[in-house]
Amino acid sequence: MLQTGVSLKIYKGEFVAIVGKSGSGKSTLMNIIGCLDVPTSGQYYINGEDVSELNDNKLAQIRNKTLGFIFQQYNLITKLNVLENVELSLLYGGVGASERVRLSKMALAKVGLEDKLKNLPNQLSGGQQQRVSIARALAGNPSIILADEPTGALDSKTSREVLDFLKQLNDEGNTIVLITHDNSIAKEARRVVRIKDGKIIYDGDSEHAFERGDD
Amino acid sequence: MTVIQSTPLREVMINMNISQSFKLALKSILTSKMRSILTMLGIIIGVGSVIILISLMQGLTNEILSTFESMGTNVLQVEVYGRGSTRAVSVDDMYKIYDDNKDIFLGVSPQMYVSGDLKYGTENFYSNALGVAENYMLLNDWKIKEGRFLSYADVRDYHKVAVVGSYVNKNIYGGKAIGDYVKIGGNKYTIIGVLEEKADSTEYSADDCIFVPYTTASKMAYSSINTYVYTTKNTDFNSEAKASIENTLYSVMQGDTYYNITDMSDLISEVTEMTGTMTMVLVGIAGISLLVGGIGIMNIMLVSVTERTREIGIRKSLGAKRRDIMGQFIIEAATTSALGGVIGIVIGIVVSGWLGDIIEIKADPTPTAIMISFSISVFIGILFGFLPANKASKLNPIDALRHD
Repeated sequence: MLQTGVSLKIYKGEFVAIVGKSGSGKSTLMNIIGCLDVPTSGQYYINGEDVSELNDNKLAQIRNKTLGFIFQQYNLITKLNVLENVELSLLYGGVGASERVRLSKMALAKVGLEDKLKNLPNQLSGGQQQRVSIARALAGNPSIILADEPTGALDSKTSREVLDFLKQLNDEGNTIVLITHDNSIAKEARRVVRIKDGKIIYDGDSEHAFERGDD
Repeated sequence: MTVIQSTPLREVMINMNISQSFKLALKSILTSKMRSILTMLGIIIGVGSVIILISLMQGLTNEILSTFESMGTNVLQVEVYGRGSTRAVSVDDMYKIYDDNKDIFLGVSPQMYVSGDLKYGTENFYSNALGVAENYMLLNDWKIKEGRFLSYADVRDYHKVAVVGSYVNKNIYGGKAIGDYVKIGGNKYTIIGVLEEKADSTEYSADDCIFVPYTTASKMAYSSINTYVYTTKNTDFNSEAKASIENTLYSVMQGDTYYNITDMSDLISEVTEMTGTMTMVLVGIAGISLLVGGIGIMNIMLVSVTERTREIGIRKSLGAKRRDIMGQFIIEAATTSALGGVIGIVIGIVVSGWLGDIIEIKADPTPTAIMISFSISVFIGILFGFLPANKASKLNPIDALRHD
């Protein structure tokens, strides 16, 4: 979907929203940023390393060490309890058992779920589940947190909480990339990248992002 | 900017991952019990029947072997068919083989099957009646319980005396055989001794026997002695003993079709070999159900991979590599199969014990049989889990995440 000529730089500590309608190419962009896919042509550098032609295993390693995902559908594994879910990326990263539990508990404490360690995901509310997935994304201390429609399945009050939490994480120095189709959500970010028909039509601060009104 | 490092704790990771995969596998087996049991059924039946067959065949082999062994393995039985009157061996010739080779032989006794009806009073009965020499008791490890065994004088003078085994004493003579008579082919023999139990005092066992002097037996049957039992010092001398008997007989007969020498230790290895082959064939047939069981596991694992596509996507997005996903599904298949194997082993032990009781043999599975069946069931899980696991590991994370 993404056309040629897309150039995008994201710096450490930024809070970027990538916004566009469905079919605009934002999903393709997200997949490439998230190292879930490689571009057919062109380069993608992450932390200075060219990852555009890496094989599956190398990409998995980069996802593990560098990226933290937050999904619209939370994407928790239903058979694992909250703690085990948060531990997963640390497990695949080769972190020892006791260290894994320590880091996971820290991340869960940060999202205020330290008392739900043994609960299964379906015993939690949508907002709580999303907080578990945020904790999971945080646990490995990734360079980039990639949030794909993180509020898509939540009511407005809970959405607010999640967005505030993302802002707080950004204030603490985390790099956050937010992908959304919703302009009002995108405005929460400091910088907005608008995608339309596979091209970047706006890249700048969020205050002026939607001034021209061409959706 | 941070540099991406390769994982230094790969070993640790693999271990952690295995224990977690194992826990997950057990969890999913327990959450859908009916499905798990159906999945494992093929393996349960396969492993169960392998255990049952091995145990029964082993029990049967042991039973046959112990019968042979109670007769002694240091024994050579020689049958002489003879070649007219010019080329014949006498009893004395056969004794001479022993006399000349006292360093290998313990002794020799002629042996003659007594034909003719056995009667106690007016009642017929069946038993294994043999005409033997006075040293037969020592050569075959018999012990006398009451009275005495045949003597040199009994043999020399054609006495009509008999020694009976414990089964005959107990079941035919009500334990009071001594001094009573047994009629063999119409002739009355005085029972002068009762032997101690050697086998288990049942019908057709070694204890179901009657011994009379071979000279008497030969005379009554109007036939010459043609079977001799040589006893060697131990089984190691059997082949040497066989050679020396063969030399003598060949030089007299000038041909090897006029006599037959049976080495009891050879017989035992033949039996072992034969039952071994039979076991292999039967186990091979039972093994087919293990194959079917493996296919069953593969089938369910393929379904499971499809059902859990999203989970696979999540794991991949979190950094699971192909081998992590692969390991997880293979461990799950192996765990399912191994659990089926354990259930099959338990069923096999119970059923073979039960069948063993029915046919009155001791059919206990050996630890080796159990270990091998368990290993095979794990191996089958790994083998048939490979295809589904490979399929899972190759899923594209983007597609997998989108999957509902």
